[in-house]
Amino acid sequence: MNLARNLMLKKEVIEASDELVKETFWQDVFRSLKKDRMAITGGIVILLFVLMAIFAPWIAPHDPYEVNLDNQFQKPGLEHWLGTDMFGRDVLSRIIYGSQISLLIGLVPSMITMSIGIVLGIVAGYFGRRTDFVIMTISDMVLSFPSLLLAMVVMYTLGASLLNIFIALSIVGWAGTARVVRAQTLSLKNKEFVEAARAVGVKPYIIMLRHILPNCIPQLLVLFTLEIPGSILSEASLSFLGVGAQPPASSWGLMVSNGKEFLFNAPWVAIAPGIAILVIVLAFNFLGDGLRDALDPYLKQ
Amino acid sequence: MGAYIVKRLLISIPVIFGISLITFIMLNVIPGDPIALMMKEHISTDVVERVRAQMHLDDPAYVRFFRFVWDALHGDFGTSYKLNRSVTTLLLDAFPNTLALAMSGALVSWIIGIPAGVLSAVKKRSFLDNSIMGFSLLGVSIPVFWAGLLFQYIFSMVLGILPVSGFSGPEYLIMPAIVLGWSSAGTIARLTRSSLLEVMRNDYIRTARAKGNLEIKVILNHALKNSMLPVVTVMALQVAGLLSGAVITESVFGIPGIGRIAVNAIQSRDMPLLQGAVMFTTVLVILGNLVADILYSLIDPRIKYD
Repeated sequence: MNLARNLMLKKEVIEASDELVKETFWQDVFRSLKKDRMAITGGIVILLFVLMAIFAPWIAPHDPYEVNLDNQFQKPGLEHWLGTDMFGRDVLSRIIYGSQISLLIGLVPSMITMSIGIVLGIVAGYFGRRTDFVIMTISDMVLSFPSLLLAMVVMYTLGASLLNIFIALSIVGWAGTARVVRAQTLSLKNKEFVEAARAVGVKPYIIMLRHILPNCIPQLLVLFTLEIPGSILSEASLSFLGVGAQPPASSWGLMVSNGKEFLFNAPWVAIAPGIAILVIVLAFNFLGDGLRDALDPYLKQ
Repeated sequence: MGAYIVKRLLISIPVIFGISLITFIMLNVIPGDPIALMMKEHISTDVVERVRAQMHLDDPAYVRFFRFVWDALHGDFGTSYKLNRSVTTLLLDAFPNTLALAMSGALVSWIIGIPAGVLSAVKKRSFLDNSIMGFSLLGVSIPVFWAGLLFQYIFSMVLGILPVSGFSGPEYLIMPAIVLGWSSAGTIARLTRSSLLEVMRNDYIRTARAKGNLEIKVILNHALKNSMLPVVTVMALQVAGLLSGAVITESVFGIPGIGRIAVNAIQSRDMPLLQGAVMFTTVLVILGNLVADILYSLIDPRIKYD
């Protein structure tokens, strides 16, 4: 009886420890993340926005570009849930279509900045010396620019358009990532496994790609999640200042900007798209915060 | 200490030089004749020639760059294309307004942020803590321009207690300062909380408690002082951030500051004015960072520099 029970307990312990070993990095992160209600809420909201962006043509109750001057400044009601703007366009439909632009603006520049930052950061950290000095000096300069002003200068030069926002935000954003990756590379490059790889003659770029980069993933994941809301806010600010997306695009920042003239007569035109910005940015920040907590043991390594 | 300050100052020089180079390149590569911008109607070619020569527009780019640096070192940022006034004068006229806005924004963020962070740390993991931390994320996530419009709608339109925009008295600063300070208040609250929590684990805090001090006394007299170190550094850094964050706030509330000058310069394609505004703000930010570093070493004598 006792023996059998002992055996069973042993088996359970072994199975449990097996499970612990089998758990991959992603499973571990996901398990910690699942306990974080804020992060889960953030994730669900992001998913909803993504679905909204993909299925915009089917969800939007009206044509977002259809001008109808007889229908100006309709109050929010049954026909137009969030009212209509100065051209009689349906605000809700424009917000739904605007989610495409906002998600694109959130993702594309963040991916570009991450890629540039990763490459320059690893190269600077791995090769050190002059390479490091040059890259880090430039990144220091970029970092000492107030980012919005630098983006504004780029937009002045390139002209206001959506594509140029991608470029402006990428020029502004890479330096932060480069610093994080460089610091991580510095701490990794003298570890035994890198030295071992170097000793058997593995080429530098393979060491960087196979041995150093995978160890930066936790940091990069958090950085990426927090970079996205930053890009969305920057685009909104640039569009609000008139140097971002141009009409008739239904960018949320541009919608707020257009609505500000009629703030006191038709507040919904400016207020509603702002709520959309707030919600998506908040969702990404919640998720990023949760990820940071979930990855804490990896980040402190 | 003195040597450290000198060293830091010396390091800023190449950074400032590099920044002027980047700004100059970006603003001068675009095609487009500034003369055409200044004088819209038909003008005789010899007038154009004369103005071009006057503005040295036909010199090679590197000559123009070094002239720009040389003049800037003498406090001369050139003449605005559109307003035909000295950029330096325009900037210096606008600077006090931006400074007033940034300072009051900073004040708001400290008044809200520090007590909120302390409360949050003291009542760790409570409902209060969670709501304060939630609010701080909200502060970071809120688009500043939208918050400005929302405030205008509530306080000027619905309640009618504050002026909508403009700048002709201290009451015009209230809304912009709150809008500007709100987002950094969240950052300060988070930092105060984590720093205080870390300090609270120290032995001398346990000693202070063991002596029978009231908890509030332990926190205020023993813990808070030491936990303010990182917060103070961020405060100085943040003033720099506020100076540039003022761009949007100034546009929303119609405050004639540096940020508005920059936005207007972009819209009227006034290159020297934009260049001056960007350089001016960036140098201020670099100096702000320098002050932060020096402040840090003054507050914490344990930090040694070599």
